[in-house]
Amino acid sequence: MLITRKVEFSASHVCRNPRLSDEENQRVFGLAANPNGHGHNYLLEVSLEGEPDPVTGMVFDLKEMKDVLNREVVEPFDHRFLNHEVPPFDRVIPTPENIARDIWRRIEPHFAGRGHRLHSVRLYETPDLYVDYFGGQPCSA
Amino acid sequence: MFRVTRRYQFAASHRLHAHGLSDEENRRLYGKCNNPFGHGHNYVLEVSARGPADANTGSAVDPRRLDELVAREVLQPFEHRNLNCDVEAFRDLTPTSENLAVEICRRLKRSWPSMFPGEWPKLEKVRIAETARNIFEMDAHEIP
Repeated sequence: MLITRKVEFSASHVCRNPRLSDEENQRVFGLAANPNGHGHNYLLEVSLEGEPDPVTGMVFDLKEMKDVLNREVVEPFDHRFLNHEVPPFDRVIPTPENIARDIWRRIEPHFAGRGHRLHSVRLYETPDLYVDYFGGQPCSA
Repeated sequence: MFRVTRRYQFAASHRLHAHGLSDEENRRLYGKCNNPFGHGHNYVLEVSARGPADANTGSAVDPRRLDELVAREVLQPFEHRNLNCDVEAFRDLTPTSENLAVEICRRLKRSWPSMFPGEWPKLEKVRIAETARNIFEMDAHEIP
């Protein structure tokens, strides 16, 4: 069974690879490479996989899940410029793929328990673009 | 591995009418969807691709390339069209949303290498919502 909790945060970012020229960055990232950055209302959906506990009838306590997501993601990310204020995005390009993977790294230990595990991180950058991450492949770029 | 999904919209009309059935059977089977002059929907299409994040860009899929492909293969030919009359595949095939999902998947899969020539990303699935309540999802592996 999957249980999913949503949280939102608003943040700014810029997608540029310092090893590429301005022109190459513009070609690869388009408007997202504009040097002063821009922002999104990110929507994060986190799903846990597990079986309901025979005593509580719950896969995981949703209140506790909300507390973890607020503490590990919303508090550090909300109303921040990711490249300047939220490591590792001073050296990792904050594409939605890399943000999803970093969120996985931050929250996964809190959901590794008996009878449940982190299943997926879905990050909406806009209502028309989202990324699903299921673990694996270390951080790059 | 990442799955990157992009959402698109187009408006089109269709009429559900199976050529192999009588008029009465069509009316019974498709109800108001068989009304002779057809009707329309604002279709919402989600296209998902799967792949690893590139080491240089941190991206698994370039959304702008995906946009270009979907615009060329789906949005431009379907937008403000009558699917039965204006889309060759539906001359003889009923444009149910199941068949529409297959047709979209087939178009994207066929021209995928022209936009994404490498091993990754791969087309994973298409999901089409005819209305907010009726949603059809197709795994790209199901298309030969």
